[in-house]
Amino acid sequence: MNSQEIAFVIVAVAGVIGAFRVVTARNVVHAALYLVITLSSAAIVYLLLAAEFVAWVQILIYVGAIVILFLFGLMLTKAPIGREALDNQRRGVAFGVGLAVFGGLFYLLQDAFPWKASEVDPVQGTAGAVGESIFRDFVLPFEAISFLLLAALIGAIVLSRKDDAP
Amino acid sequence: MIRLPLVLTFAAVLFATGVYGVLARRNAVLVLMSIELMLNAVNINLVAFSQHLQQITGQVFALFVIAVAAAEVGIGLAIVILIYRNRETINVDEVNLLKW
Repeated sequence: MNSQEIAFVIVAVAGVIGAFRVVTARNVVHAALYLVITLSSAAIVYLLLAAEFVAWVQILIYVGAIVILFLFGLMLTKAPIGREALDNQRRGVAFGVGLAVFGGLFYLLQDAFPWKASEVDPVQGTAGAVGESIFRDFVLPFEAISFLLLAALIGAIVLSRKDDAP
Repeated sequence: MIRLPLVLTFAAVLFATGVYGVLARRNAVLVLMSIELMLNAVNINLVAFSQHLQQITGQVFALFVIAVAAAEVGIGLAIVILIYRNRETINVDEVNLLKW
């Protein structure tokens, strides 16, 4: 294992612990704060994989915006505290399904990808390179995404505003 | 570089955790958080394969997934707040109006 892999394992363990706490926390606000740990560890993994633009977008959008949105959602809806109030009665079945999903995925990727180190140089995911790829090869999907975001924005406003007058 | 199966295993753990969360939680906001965990696992896979295949397309698609996730959370939380306003609860097993 080289130094990059050691750093990756440390970050990944932190992220996995955060993810486990997100799905088991008894307090909803704590769950949102543990989500910050997992999302930040994903951002550090992107940095280790030389995808810096995606990493900063992850920090900006997920840690900056989406977690704040979750906290506002938790504040506006009265959330109880306690395991029985937050979890349903099918935890065992859910644990089995989750374990089966992980087992299946792990078996498949063990089978498909060898554990040998690749000696190639990483592609640098700088903002320039990513932007060049977006605006050269993916202009139409990019426009579709921006239209989708506009539609979601208008939809969220229409859904959540109170209008008594018709 | 980090070996590919290591990153894929991390993503698989995150995805399985998200599946457990979606199935076991009954608070709608916590279900949305678990969905975010699954989307993050997919993003990590996309970036890892972008390095494995030496193409930047995977990172572009990770950005697209992030944008779609932002739209999904916005709409999802608006719906959750609307349900809370009408039903005084956001437990997904109590919102059963469409259940036959």
